[in-house]
Amino acid sequence: MEGLLKPGIYFWQGNEACAYGAIAVGCRFFAGYPITPSSEIAEHLARLLPLVNGVFIQMEDELASLNAVIGASWAGAKAMTATSGPGFSLMQESIGYAFMTETPCVIANVQRAGPSTGQATKGAQGDVMQARWGTHGDYNAIVLSPNSVQEMFELTIRAFNLAEKYRTPVILLADEVVAHMREKISVPPINEVQVVNRKEPKKGDRAFFALEEVAPMPAVGEGFNVSVTGSTHDEYGVRFTANPEVHRRLIGNLMNKIESHKHEIVELETHNIDGCSTVIVCYGCTARTAYEAVEEAEKRGVKVGYVRLKTLWPFPTETIGELAQQAEKIVVPEMNLRQIFYEVQRAACGKAEVVALNKVGGGEMITPEEILRGVVP
Amino acid sequence: MDKRIEIIIAGLGGQGAVLAGQILGRAAVYDGKNVVQTQSYGAEARGSAAKSELIISDGKIAFPMVRKCDVLVVMSQPALDKYVNNLKEEGILLVDTLVGDIPETRAKVYKVPATEKAEKVLGNKLYANVIMLGALVKATGITSWKAMEKAIIDSVPEKARQANLEAFKEGTKNIVM
Amino acid sequence: MSPRFIIRNYLRGLKFPFCPGCGNFTVVNSFLRAVYELGHYDLQGFVFCSGIGCAAWIPSPYFLADSIHTPHGRSIPVAIGVKLFRPELRVVVFGGDGDLAGIGLNHLLHAARRNVDINVIMVNNMVYGMTGGQVAPTTPFGTVTTTTPYRSFERPLDVTRLVATAGANYAAKWTTAHPKQFKESIKRALQTRGFSFVEIVSQCPTAFGRRAGFKTVAEMLQWFKQNAIPKEKAEKMSLEELEGKIIVGEFVFRTAPTLGDNLRQMLMEARKTCG
Repeated sequence: MEGLLKPGIYFWQGNEACAYGAIAVGCRFFAGYPITPSSEIAEHLARLLPLVNGVFIQMEDELASLNAVIGASWAGAKAMTATSGPGFSLMQESIGYAFMTETPCVIANVQRAGPSTGQATKGAQGDVMQARWGTHGDYNAIVLSPNSVQEMFELTIRAFNLAEKYRTPVILLADEVVAHMREKISVPPINEVQVVNRKEPKKGDRAFFALEEVAPMPAVGEGFNVSVTGSTHDEYGVRFTANPEVHRRLIGNLMNKIESHKHEIVELETHNIDGCSTVIVCYGCTARTAYEAVEEAEKRGVKVGYVRLKTLWPFPTETIGELAQQAEKIVVPEMNLRQIFYEVQRAACGKAEVVALNKVGGGEMITPEEILRGVVP
Repeated sequence: MDKRIEIIIAGLGGQGAVLAGQILGRAAVYDGKNVVQTQSYGAEARGSAAKSELIISDGKIAFPMVRKCDVLVVMSQPALDKYVNNLKEEGILLVDTLVGDIPETRAKVYKVPATEKAEKVLGNKLYANVIMLGALVKATGITSWKAMEKAIIDSVPEKARQANLEAFKEGTKNIVM
Repeated sequence: MSPRFIIRNYLRGLKFPFCPGCGNFTVVNSFLRAVYELGHYDLQGFVFCSGIGCAAWIPSPYFLADSIHTPHGRSIPVAIGVKLFRPELRVVVFGGDGDLAGIGLNHLLHAARRNVDINVIMVNNMVYGMTGGQVAPTTPFGTVTTTTPYRSFERPLDVTRLVATAGANYAAKWTTAHPKQFKESIKRALQTRGFSFVEIVSQCPTAFGRRAGFKTVAEMLQWFKQNAIPKEKAEKMSLEELEGKIIVGEFVFRTAPTLGDNLRQMLMEARKTCG
């Protein structure tokens, strides 16, 4: 392990950094199906996992992939898969299943231009709402948005830690730009990597689900006789397919375990926000454009605020609401045709003008000049 | 050297432009710089342009794409035709001598017999990309020799190391202004 | 001396939700007896995976064991995830024909191809029972179901034959009129290293039997008995003669290396090369 991941400065591709981040935090199982632009995550883990006693398997499709990950998680593994739009669509079924069964797992979705096959090699940010609302029924999602190779490493680690802590699927919502770019990255000593593990049950524990606080999670084969089901169940995993109270309690607790820890989950990067009349709210690769625009505006004597969402979901509604109180204009650049824009608008409650700036197709990023036109008078 | 330098390396698919960009980026990181490298391949399987873009800087690199480059390294006529307009007016152009038709430009032009030397000296035109890197380092000092040599060693398979290091040296010796 | 077979030692004590006369009762009894006869007096070390449908409810949550009840069709990939990470566990999949041979067929075939060391028991009631009796990929040609109100017009799939061809180490097929043979096949399956598959054609009096023209469970069992042709005999019969018959018996018994064997071999080699 130490041999695989020596601390130091590297020049890595984003997908490579994701794979190493997974190894660093203790991921020991990967099941996936090849798809551009995520395949390098699988390729690197196919090479790395066997060297740390982990398991890599390429499955027959994305449905099988995420379900194998869920099986491995119940067998005690930290487990992940990686995919892109079309595969992410197929995985929605099992994302709901993982949420319902409180199964920790990580799904890296490297976004490309959709819908459907779209433009396989070209970056986009079109899966933001799908990542929040893609599976059916009521649920809460944790979705992280890396904007650099360094963060492909760090947020992969964080994704596992959040998944383990809250016993829920966590989505690393990357994009082709960040996943395929190569960049300088600093890898810390392995013993400095923060590692969170799922809460283990005590002997005699029987309630493994739907508790107000996150329940302990046994592995199968440990004598706990755990009953896992995606159907509505009580704290013992017993199915109740018609009882309204059991359903309300289950879903209420599942929703709440994320909602009530929102302050620990949400991470923002801000720059210049105090007293700025114009603020950019951005995420992922587009945040790099926004940052450059903010710096350029400053050179021209205009101070522009910058808020980067490192967590897309849960959404920092309150923070954006406060921002809208003091700012006149919030600009939301996205490589889609308006997604987070509506969430920002909802949070702003009409207190500030919310302006969308959108571009899709061919993987062309929004340029700093395009943002500047919107923020410099 | 400038505080921030933007480079495009382009050629036909298969000429190794993308690998050259990766080696260059790695070398610059070994020199302690910040680097972002992106790449694109044409959708067509044959005869399409392959392009590697790099930004090398002492400071933070936010927007990762190259718009106007300081240095353009081209290994094919279509790549030159396609990207010459991306070169800054006072930029530097490195071009394989195979490319005959160089448009009028105020850029500083270096001609490198990369493909020719790769075939004659190293016995395989696949080494042309690393010869171009040698010429680039010689002409611009964009990275240290040491960092580039280490980057080559770390980027190519063991059995191809020696030949690539020779290719790099060959490039440093063969520039025609 | 071994203890007596006491079925409640294997169960949580919850009441099974199956209709009177359901073939699942035969499956539960045969399976647990097979387990007992192999010397397992409880289900420790077993992990049960099952998808959606009546057969998927056989282990979950009724067996006193670890059980994972998955989305429709996905029991096998979940089982593979468990088995690959914890090879010492005995992973058994229960499912119906819709679950395993309809929505989950892709996974079933690839599991057989991989020869992954799990046991799959498919209860084939020839219909989507839980959802109210719709036509299945296993419904005999010409049967009236709720989505083929005039009659079905597609040919059924012989799943066991397919699985045997795909690479399973063991595959057998019986009906609920052959409980003894079924139990023996489960024992062989549990003793097989590699992928094993046991199909049991089963009666669904509620959602299949009524519409298909059977007045009682006994009539259906009689039909199974009359239509079952032993595999050895079937090999000498023409396709026309076999039309509408249920070919029963053991279809394959192999000792090919399992997915786990091959994976461990590869890992050893990889570690040797990479230090």
